Amino acid sequence: MSNSLLSDLAGALVSGRVQMVDLTNTLSPDFPVIVLPPEFGQCAPFRMEKVSRYDENGPAWYWNNISMNEHTGTHFDAPAHWVTGKDVPSNTVDAIPAREFMAPAVVIDISAESAVDPDFVVTREFLTKWEVEFGRIPPRHWIALRTDWYKRVGTADYVNMQEDGAHSPGPDASAVEFMVHERDCIGLAVETVGTDAGQAMHFNPPLPAHSILHGNGRFGLQCLTNLDKLPTFGAMIIACPLKIEGGSGSPLRVVAMIEGKNV
Amino acid sequence: MTDPLSPPVKKDPLKNTRMGHVSPGLRSRAARAMAVRAGQGRFVLQVCDYCCTATYPPRDRCPKCWGTLDWQDQPTGATVMTETTIRVTTDLFFKEHAPWRVGSVQLEAGPTAIVHLHSDVRPGDRVRMELKLDRGGNPALFAMPEKETPNMVDDAQYRTFTADPKHRRVLVTDGRGPVGQAMAKALLKAGARAVFLGNGDTTMRFDGEAEMVAHENVEIVPLNVTDTNSVTKLAHQLGGRIDIVVNTAAVTRQSGVAFGSKLTDLQAGFESEVTGLMRLAQGFGPAMSARSDDGTNSAAAFVDVASVYGLTGRAGFAGQAATAAARLALISGLRGEMAQTGIRVISVLTGPVDDVWHQHVPPPKTAPAQIAKSVIDALTRGLEINCAGDAAKDLFARWQADPFLTIREENQ
Ligand SMILES: [Zn+2]
Repeated sequence: MSNSLLSDLAGALVSGRVQMVDLTNTLSPDFPVIVLPPEFGQCAPFRMEKVSRYDENGPAWYWNNISMNEHTGTHFDAPAHWVTGKDVPSNTVDAIPAREFMAPAVVIDISAESAVDPDFVVTREFLTKWEVEFGRIPPRHWIALRTDWYKRVGTADYVNMQEDGAHSPGPDASAVEFMVHERDCIGLAVETVGTDAGQAMHFNPPLPAHSILHGNGRFGLQCLTNLDKLPTFGAMIIACPLKIEGGSGSPLRVVAMIEGKNV
Repeated sequence: MTDPLSPPVKKDPLKNTRMGHVSPGLRSRAARAMAVRAGQGRFVLQVCDYCCTATYPPRDRCPKCWGTLDWQDQPTGATVMTETTIRVTTDLFFKEHAPWRVGSVQLEAGPTAIVHLHSDVRPGDRVRMELKLDRGGNPALFAMPEKETPNMVDDAQYRTFTADPKHRRVLVTDGRGPVGQAMAKALLKAGARAVFLGNGDTTMRFDGEAEMVAHENVEIVPLNVTDTNSVTKLAHQLGGRIDIVVNTAAVTRQSGVAFGSKLTDLQAGFESEVTGLMRLAQGFGPAMSARSDDGTNSAAAFVDVASVYGLTGRAGFAGQAATAAARLALISGLRGEMAQTGIRVISVLTGPVDDVWHQHVPPPKTAPAQIAKSVIDALTRGLEINCAGDAAKDLFARWQADPFLTIREENQ
């Protein structure tokens, strides 16, 4: 057996020393999408029409036509998604270099804070304090916010839309500036329906995660599950968006490799 | 007087459901022309252009002078001359429903006619004639008491010529908006036993939700007409229990054709209003067809509420006019299919609805309660088409008089 990094990895996958965690929600018609005021264009939910299922339209085969928005279900945000990223080079999903699709993650657990306060805001101060306790956020990492929000999928509490808008946790501008400019993150990975907090259109500047991440060529991963299954450091996220020509984002399967404890 | 209609008893699970026979469709052009007018709730007879004699049954030429005939609204008065009770017949529907009373009447308009008799009328009585559609969509004359009698519309024979919501279970497809909610209230007031109110997004609250939930006979059900899976699931679950479907799905957005249109809005409109209608028809049509003669709460009608501008197009609302036009075409096709099984298919046409999407449109606008009233009216009278509100009535009248002129008027 050749002695190389990849053969070591292959061996670890076979032995279970490296395990895969699925971070993806199932694409289904009732999976919620982001809700905008009705007068704006709307994000199309996932839809599936059967073409044939061993029937008169195809006696031996089963397949479906599917339709959705680029930002439906567990999905990837490319820099071109936001106006601030419109002139960033390689800003669409087809142009992003493949090396960006696999990157390590640091998981910041704000599940306790979010359970108490659905509008919990991650600030620069919160992150610097977190680093004192857990260690410095390394460069070129996905910064994953564990909120356990995925456990609310299928209930009204997931998008959590009240009369004054949606309520879900997220970062403020100081936190995103810190992640991008001081910790050089790949992007922000969240379990909520957007990288921004539910109330972030009222922040100053509005929607700081979208605005600052994409303006600086960073990415977003949204509607993830199972971030609670990842270690704080050491997980490797594989997130390959569909190669949509000029696409602003893409639904995708997101998985993480973690090192198993049992071997 | 008529015995009041009792709520249906639970079905004996060991008994077959009675097949919903319909009489063979009349193929003459004259009979079909009469049916069209019956579907609009008019009482018409053919009148000779030369000798001015009214004639019945429908024919191609005046029986007196061979002159050409023209459809004209007629006085509805008549006197019953004779009555006959049919006990034995080869007609499959009447055989199941014998004895059945018919009689001859002298119409005030001139001719005599063989008509269906309400149980409260006898030979010698003055009666009020209605031109109805039978279960197969054929025109038929029905003699009603001249003055309202107790429980008059509960008459067993009369009920087969209507789709009265009394004691029936109704699916209203979009309960998240004011039209669907007004519909639910009007149906309960009209005696519906249950209203299943569709909710396209069960995780998102909507205005009026608490009031709807509080109604004892309203059940909110998950239904999103843009999602085939959702429609199929509900049809599997409730298909055998739904007697009337009222489709209130609507997506209204301002749009032109080349200018000021958003293709995603247009697509969303077609998905909801047009493909959605097909999903509903495919999901609920077959089960309803199998229950069109299933006692007091037999399946009876499929109602589609669409914009009247489907007839003409509409400047500023080109997208919605296009979806409405497609709905009218689909409803016509569905009516032909369902006529073979005894289910009525009804279009209720609305003008601009008095809602947030027509804020800049000047009056007259159509209130949700008016739409609901128009649906109830169509069901209780067994109509095929009904206009809700003044704007729709006005446009429909203009369109009947001169379709192409009306198209021009609405698009300039
Ligand atoms: Zn004549």
